[in-house]
Amino acid sequence: MTETTTPRRAVPLWIQIVIWIFIVGLLAIVALGLSRRQQGTVQPGQKIDDFTLTLYSGYELGGRSEIKLSDLRGKAVVINFWASWCKPCEQEAAELQQAWTEYEPGGEVVFLGVDYVDTETDARVYMKKFGITFANGPDLATSISQYFRIRGVPETYFIDKAGVLRYVQIGPFVKVEDIRAQIEPLLK
Amino acid sequence: MKVSTMLNKIRNTKYAVLATILLLFVTLLAFNSVSAQGPEPTDDEVNKIAKKLYCPVCENTPLDVCPTEACRQWREQIREMLIEGKSEQEIIDYFAATYGERASGDPRDKVKAYLIPIVGILLGAGLLVSALRTWRKPKAAEAIIPAKDAGDVHQDEYIARIEAELKKRD
Repeated sequence: MTETTTPRRAVPLWIQIVIWIFIVGLLAIVALGLSRRQQGTVQPGQKIDDFTLTLYSGYELGGRSEIKLSDLRGKAVVINFWASWCKPCEQEAAELQQAWTEYEPGGEVVFLGVDYVDTETDARVYMKKFGITFANGPDLATSISQYFRIRGVPETYFIDKAGVLRYVQIGPFVKVEDIRAQIEPLLK
Repeated sequence: MKVSTMLNKIRNTKYAVLATILLLFVTLLAFNSVSAQGPEPTDDEVNKIAKKLYCPVCENTPLDVCPTEACRQWREQIREMLIEGKSEQEIIDYFAATYGERASGDPRDKVKAYLIPIVGILLGAGLLVSALRTWRKPKAAEAIIPAKDAGDVHQDEYIARIEAELKKRD
């Protein structure tokens, strides 16, 4: 008995190419996304590029409504990312303000609050509630948070007088002593 | 008092009442027209715009269905902007400018968003095609040898090996 087999039609080459391009492209996108996620925040030791923070009226720095990081060379900079909708941010708001009150007269440290994806109305209510007086402004188009690759709020970055990142705090500070412990080495 | 004087007084009072009613009517109209400029938008009107925006905290969650506090604040902002008389496009543009493109589902810079990936895919396709052509060339060269001759070559090698083995035994 003879078996007759019908020859299978091969998939055209161009279709194979399209399928492969699609698979490779998809894998590349997934790999890119994963590598970005695993990259985490900017790391201590890295020199921080210049950026501009537009400040809320009433929360200016030395009468300036816009501040560049490069303008603050020679001073230690504490950058705090926060939002009014963020409950953990409330845990450290009073401590941050207390630390600012302590360091402000010395003029060696600058605190910058970067308000992440927030509405100005709610941000003002929050700042008033916690009596915040240090410079604060919105992260317009999320450009600053994207540069720092923040994973959430609150996050605080400590930059030394030369503009090099020295410490990253993920999550809220519990005690003002913890904030001091990060600022003091920057002043030496 | 004369009858004519009394009639005049009544007529004047009538005009005064008519004038008062007219004034009230005009005032009411004016009041209505002022309040009509900024009516309180309904939730549906707010959500119609919120649907086109995305939560800043949760990835890929439209603003109209997101339960987070951040999204509630954003929806409230949309409501305030609608009261101010801002159009849908103005509101979306504001959110994209203030919170970044990811807040809006529609990228501002369409060249960057669409053209660059297409160019990248085309370049990748070009590389793949050229690589496939390179891999196929040796096969094409092999195919030039007729199958019969190829068989002969294998046969000759086989016979040669048998002869060599037989010689060893001798």
